[in-house]
Amino acid sequence: MAIALTLLTLVALPFVAALAIALLHDAGRALHSGIAAGASGGGLALLAMLSAPVLGGEVPSASWAWVPALGLDLTLMVDPLGLMFAGLILGIGLLVVIFGHFYLYAGEATGRFFASLMLFQGAMLGIVIAGNVLLLLVFWEMTSLASFLLIGFWQHKAEARQGARMALAVTGGGGLALIGGMVLLGLVAGSFDLATILERGDIVRASPLYPVLLGLILLGCFTKSAQFPFHFWLPHAMAAPTPVSAYLHSATMVKAGVFLLARLWPVLAGTGLYTGIVTSVGLTTMIFGAVVALFRHDLKSILAYSTISQLGMLVMLLGFSLEAAALAAVLHILNHAAFKAALFMSAGIVEHETGTRDIRRLGGLAKAMPITAMIATLAAASMAGLPPLGGFISKELMLYETPKLALLGLPWLLPLLATLGATFSVGYSLRLAAHLFFGQPREAEPFARAHDPGAGMWIAPALLTTLAVLLGLIPMLLAGPLVGAVTAAVTGAPAPKFDLALWHGVNLALILSLIAVAGGALLLWQHKPLLAAWERASLPDAKRMFEGSFAFADKWVRKAIVATHTPSLQRMLLASFSVIVLLVIDGAQAGGGVLTGGRALLPATPVAVVAWVLLIAATAAVVNDSRNRLRVLIYVSVIGLVVSLTFVQFSAPDLALTQISVEVVTILLLLLALNLLPKSPPLLSTASRKWRDGALAITGGVLVGGIAWAMLTRDPGPSIAAYHLANAKSGGGGTNVVNVILVDFRAFDTLGEIIVLGIAGLGIFALLESTATGAAGARLRAWREDMPHSPERHPMMLVVASRIVLPLTLTVAIYLFLRGHNQPGGGFIAALVAAIAFLVQYLAAGFDWSEARKRFGEHQLIAWGVLVAMATGLGSFLFGAKFMTSTFGYFTLPLIGTFELASAMLFDIGVFLTVFGAVMLALAQLSHIAQRAARAARKGGEGGA
Amino acid sequence: MSYEFLVASAIGVLVAGGIYLALRARTFQVVLGLTLISYAVNLFLFASGRLVVGRPPIWDKAVSDYTDPLPQALVLTAIVITFGMTAFVVILSLRSFLETGSDHVDGDKVPCDAQDGMAGSIAEDGEDTRP
Repeated sequence: MAIALTLLTLVALPFVAALAIALLHDAGRALHSGIAAGASGGGLALLAMLSAPVLGGEVPSASWAWVPALGLDLTLMVDPLGLMFAGLILGIGLLVVIFGHFYLYAGEATGRFFASLMLFQGAMLGIVIAGNVLLLLVFWEMTSLASFLLIGFWQHKAEARQGARMALAVTGGGGLALIGGMVLLGLVAGSFDLATILERGDIVRASPLYPVLLGLILLGCFTKSAQFPFHFWLPHAMAAPTPVSAYLHSATMVKAGVFLLARLWPVLAGTGLYTGIVTSVGLTTMIFGAVVALFRHDLKSILAYSTISQLGMLVMLLGFSLEAAALAAVLHILNHAAFKAALFMSAGIVEHETGTRDIRRLGGLAKAMPITAMIATLAAASMAGLPPLGGFISKELMLYETPKLALLGLPWLLPLLATLGATFSVGYSLRLAAHLFFGQPREAEPFARAHDPGAGMWIAPALLTTLAVLLGLIPMLLAGPLVGAVTAAVTGAPAPKFDLALWHGVNLALILSLIAVAGGALLLWQHKPLLAAWERASLPDAKRMFEGSFAFADKWVRKAIVATHTPSLQRMLLASFSVIVLLVIDGAQAGGGVLTGGRALLPATPVAVVAWVLLIAATAAVVNDSRNRLRVLIYVSVIGLVVSLTFVQFSAPDLALTQISVEVVTILLLLLALNLLPKSPPLLSTASRKWRDGALAITGGVLVGGIAWAMLTRDPGPSIAAYHLANAKSGGGGTNVVNVILVDFRAFDTLGEIIVLGIAGLGIFALLESTATGAAGARLRAWREDMPHSPERHPMMLVVASRIVLPLTLTVAIYLFLRGHNQPGGGFIAALVAAIAFLVQYLAAGFDWSEARKRFGEHQLIAWGVLVAMATGLGSFLFGAKFMTSTFGYFTLPLIGTFELASAMLFDIGVFLTVFGAVMLALAQLSHIAQRAARAARKGGEGGA
Repeated sequence: MSYEFLVASAIGVLVAGGIYLALRARTFQVVLGLTLISYAVNLFLFASGRLVVGRPPIWDKAVSDYTDPLPQALVLTAIVITFGMTAFVVILSLRSFLETGSDHVDGDKVPCDAQDGMAGSIAEDGEDTRP
């Protein structure tokens, strides 16, 4: 348990710190950086506690089930590889925090800066100690997002925003590929648990899906690690504050791709495909980055391309699929983290003190800032791979491995190209140091301002450079056990015998190394003519290509949208209906073509035929006369009436009651709406369009009618109705099975439906409430009554009659509600009847009179209705039953006698309240808007006269 | 004439009328079309329990045969939801009419406020600045 708690604290600490900093964003810079440093330091301490058992061969891990159905567990584990990376993340993180504290100016948003930095640190830590690949993906995405925030920290700078967006697009896009690859990997391996996957490398490599998942995972790694041709985001990410660049380039972000390659090495490496792709991509990147770095002028740009080159070397080493090469990669990860962070911080110091990062304007700074010069020169020497520094050893190891692999069947090709890359590395490293700190100052002004900063700023890079030096002087003592353990963790096998030392005797690697150093010196010497040649050659700009492809996609997507998504409802509906008709035709052919089934038919009565004729005639009238809107409403209500009668005839009394009351409110609604809409608009459709739509309509009608006929003439399949019928009385306590289904068996459905209805009511309120302003308000005020009105606004007979009817109607509603569980009725129907009772008051006595006497708010009714229904459902938990389980009992009252109370009735009250509220809200709001418009128009008219 | 034929043909006629109206160019006609299609859909769902005369699903000791209650329960809520949908679409079209001065849904540009019943336009609003 202690282990579990330690691991959880380790990964949670940065996130807690980020939250704390974000909450204290108004506090001072010292507090922000203090919290961040404390969190990093605390994490390091926890890691130190873990390091002894981890290096001793244990793998502390802990697991909590998160979404077991997906195979996603919160599994954390620290093996030597995770330990090394976590140490880099936290250690360099701590130094970056210290450096950042002094680098940022007091007025800047330090809260946001350190909060984002901690968020990023937490995400990176999560990647390296995640023990479940799905969890790893979660943290992976988080690093993309957090780095977006960090790169775009200076929001006011366009280049920062562009750089952040580009980094997010490239790494986020790669992340998508990675998700696909990892999910495939998990499916092939049969588990998403990392430890299990690492043991099943043989199964994965033998799978036919191996090339696909390999490609997707590599895409994720290469984009993150800025490998060619996805490298271009990294130089643009230097728009970030320098502490961030130091962090992103040395220990985090770009290292995440390398980490994942190393992590999955036992599973993916070893095949010809893997070796071919990874080695060649790494090699290309290494040479490309080194060449470009030689000709850059911005300090951070030089360093960015050097990072690309160095990462290329790491990727190439992992691509070799050789254990000794993996060892070299592990050592170089340490070296690179040390010297690159030191160099970025030095570049930050130079910019901080001189005001420029352009190497062409600087020079001879060793005189003005000797401490910085010493730190940066030593770090650059390590980057160049000069003895006696750490970079020399790892470069030697790399060169030593190259002859073991025949590229394109040529054993000498890889050593040659690797030496070429190393030569350019020496070249740009030497140029960085020589042009910056030695020789004569090129411009007087930056030089005059330059001086060494306070110890706070140089202490962090100094520590890192010391590390880089010691890695060369006492490599075995300092890193030997760690490198050995990590290599074993990477390869999944005992580490090969190795000896880290500066001198291994004269061998091929030493000769190649000497060639590289000599070539690098030559490059420095001949830099001026080479630069001129470079600048004459016009080279493709990756950023412009990236933006061009974005613009291209944007343009064509817009065209596609305009072409398909016309602003015409008519055309959209036509397309939808046509597709549906075609699907139905297609499905009908599959059915075997027999239309009429064998079920015995029911002979129709003459009354039914008359009702049918009425319905057909009314439908025809609606279609034919659809522009005379008032008359159409009468035809529609005829259809509604016939539909209600249909329900009566075919044993559905509840439906008949519902339909008839809905019919009333629907017609009221349409009447109110028509008041404001144009009454008899001119004809719009052309004759040909009418024929086309008519043909489609008839086809659709015939098809649906045919389906209905085919269904009605066949016996139904087995139904769950028998269960409902058998258990309604005994289990639900009601004899009206339809109502019991609604409030008991399928109460969850009903709950969803009343919520939808409530939302529709509130949506209507939102749509109408805001009509008073803007263009709509102007039109409403300009609106003139265009319907003949009765001279008497509220006829006395109607007012009196409606007031007498109100209590009667409400009594009916209550009656319908109470008996609903056993006889036709229930919450839905009662609510509609009650709503009609109140709406009649609005109609007869006017909005103002009724509104003034109303004692309820529709919004509250909807809310209470949903709450009551949900509380009823949740109430069953109190009795240890499942959600929405109902209960009932019989009670006796004097005078009334024995009656039944079911908890489902409480649910029905919720239904009643919501439906009542929603209907009232819709109609009262609509009448209100009409009223308001009429009043505004009247006042306007009086004012005008 | 059988009941089955009457119901099936009525559903077909309602669907045909509904499709035709839904393809017209004005909001009110589209609303009418949706209303007709809703009738047809509700009838169709209800009919999936087959047509049974005189056997309502009200449980009784003496009765052993009932019509299928499940489609009825589903259609009951469907009817109420249909009302909610119709009301929402009506208000939506009303709002868009008030906002743009046009009740067209054909996507063709029409001069705003050029319709009957809304002869007044924002231009008249010059002196009326009440909220």
